[in-house]
Amino acid sequence: MTDKKFIYLDNNATTKVDEKVVEAMLPYFSQYYGNPSSIYDFAGKSANVIKESREIIKDFMGANSQKEIIFTASGSESANTAIRGILNADRSKNHLITTKVEHPCVLNVYKQLEKEGYNVTYAGVNSSGELNTEEIYESVNDKTALVSCMYANNETGVIFPVEEIAEKVKSKNKDTKVFVDAVQAAGKINLDVKNTQIDMMGISGHKFHAPKGVGALYVKSSVLFNPLIIGGHQENGRRAGTENVAFIAGLAKAALLAQDYLKYESTKVKELRDKLENGLLSRVYSARLNSASRTRVPNTTNIGFEYVEGELILLNMNDAGICASSGSACTSGSLDPSHVLKAMGIPFTALHGSIRFSLSRYTTDEEIDYALEVIPGIIEKLNNISPFQQELKELRQRKGIYSK
Amino acid sequence: MWNYSETVMEHYRNPRNVGCIEDADAIGEAGSLSCGDMLKLYLKVDDKGIITDAKFQTFGCGSAVASSSILTEMVIGKHIDEARKITNKQIAEALGGLPPEKMHCSVMGHEALEDAIKNYYNEEITINSDNDETVCFCYDVTKSFLENEIKNNHLKTMQDVINYTKAGGGCGRCRGKIQDILDSVNAPLEKEKPTKTQMIIKINNIIEKYISPELRKDGGDIELIDVDDNKIKVRLSGRCQACNRSQLTLTHFVEATLRQHIDENIEIVQV
Repeated sequence: MTDKKFIYLDNNATTKVDEKVVEAMLPYFSQYYGNPSSIYDFAGKSANVIKESREIIKDFMGANSQKEIIFTASGSESANTAIRGILNADRSKNHLITTKVEHPCVLNVYKQLEKEGYNVTYAGVNSSGELNTEEIYESVNDKTALVSCMYANNETGVIFPVEEIAEKVKSKNKDTKVFVDAVQAAGKINLDVKNTQIDMMGISGHKFHAPKGVGALYVKSSVLFNPLIIGGHQENGRRAGTENVAFIAGLAKAALLAQDYLKYESTKVKELRDKLENGLLSRVYSARLNSASRTRVPNTTNIGFEYVEGELILLNMNDAGICASSGSACTSGSLDPSHVLKAMGIPFTALHGSIRFSLSRYTTDEEIDYALEVIPGIIEKLNNISPFQQELKELRQRKGIYSK
Repeated sequence: MWNYSETVMEHYRNPRNVGCIEDADAIGEAGSLSCGDMLKLYLKVDDKGIITDAKFQTFGCGSAVASSSILTEMVIGKHIDEARKITNKQIAEALGGLPPEKMHCSVMGHEALEDAIKNYYNEEITINSDNDETVCFCYDVTKSFLENEIKNNHLKTMQDVINYTKAGGGCGRCRGKIQDILDSVNAPLEKEKPTKTQMIIKINNIIEKYISPELRKDGGDIELIDVDDNKIKVRLSGRCQACNRSQLTLTHFVEATLRQHIDENIEIVQV
């Protein structure tokens, strides 16, 4: 591989840590390494940065008070803490609701809860990836303890109407709690929980240019909640363990930057995403848009290349220096393709060849131009290997007629 | 990222013999679109039975394309009966190995070759015949296919079976059945029968540890007399001898305990 190109279009997997974030973290490794719980001035530096960071994250999520913010180690921890925390605090109800397209950090907890005796309703999505919210409302009953719904889907970028969901759920049962996994929304769209009926919301730093290993959970002050990690008094006794000071400082810095870049996300990043999406759909006759919904986070597109397999596309793109991900089974080592695309009913012809492109504020015009230049050639090469020559030929003819 | 060998990477980057042969003498197929990988193999065979040309078309991941590509290279120039001897293991070896989770790609290559050769000889395709039961419905895998792959590739665990055949890797509902097939194929190999002396020692240990203490509580005891295959001859002593419930004790307690600790097929004979 002599080609030195490197184009990172997998920002829903993780993001580059902003250099300003690294800078904000550095003092809290070897310089101000005091334990925030200690009493002397030296430790005060650590305690203060956590306090400041909590204030910043409070504003970033639109919470009412600092007390509503708990720092965690990941989006998965935020979700586990929220779900278990609610159910452990009130064991009187045995019904749960979530969606079929949640991230495994929610879905697999629900599967486990099913084994533990809970009844679970899984709401589906339509072929554009939009949530069938009626399925949620219809299933709320007086035994419903919790509704978990993601803010934006990681594979399609489709935004779910979480505020409306929280409102309607509460109107049917005011005691039902609502948890929102906002991991893929944070840094891409504005978060503002305070005027909503949402009880809890989780975010993860590494999806918006903070490092891996730090996240946060918002818990509305009126919500009763049992901690998942028990030990010391940290985080108001709701998450034990000595605070990860440097990473919390990094999370806060990343949140400040992300807030500043929100406008850029919804304009420039969206423009580049649309350019990539439209470019691929017009240049590759076998491309179909999986994430057809109009309400999407600005950085994500999901495109199915019919009759070719996703891992093979990714390997060839990798050779050309382009990083993306696929809903294909082969890339993960499991044999089943993406549960999200399956729930959407994406046809088999495109399911295994689905590629997710996710951009960031670091993505440039030149990078998108380059991607548009090489990807059609890669698909053309792979189409020639496919055993579905007749089907591809028909597809080409059909698309040809449509475009005239 | 998969840890693919250099040869695998070379073959998916520059696959050999891509395409179809319009006047092929044999065509083989394996897999399906819904399963996530599919291979079509075309062979040109001369009147001496030598494969003069081979081409492939594959829908699948990097290792599926590499397996197909190298397979065409392996068969060209070979007599068709010689090509028939190629195993999936040889395909994987020619590629410098495959990640365990990707072994099913080599199996698919082998399956397509087999299918093509059957097509050449006009042999009946035995897959899905009446007496062959489909075990995995997600990936349409039959019992006889599983038995063959388990035997030929010395598969030992459920994960092996998933890696090589994909069976059991979908919804997982068939895993019980697959385990039964694994057990029955591997049973004669794995369970080496213990010698009579070993059995006697084993049984005496169990009696000492679990059985005698209970019988002694009621003033009785038990003694091992002989072992004849799975028939265990015992004699009850003390108050057990006269007890009218001794037969119940023997089956419900003694036999059950020995079965639990040693072998399901143990039978107790009172002498």
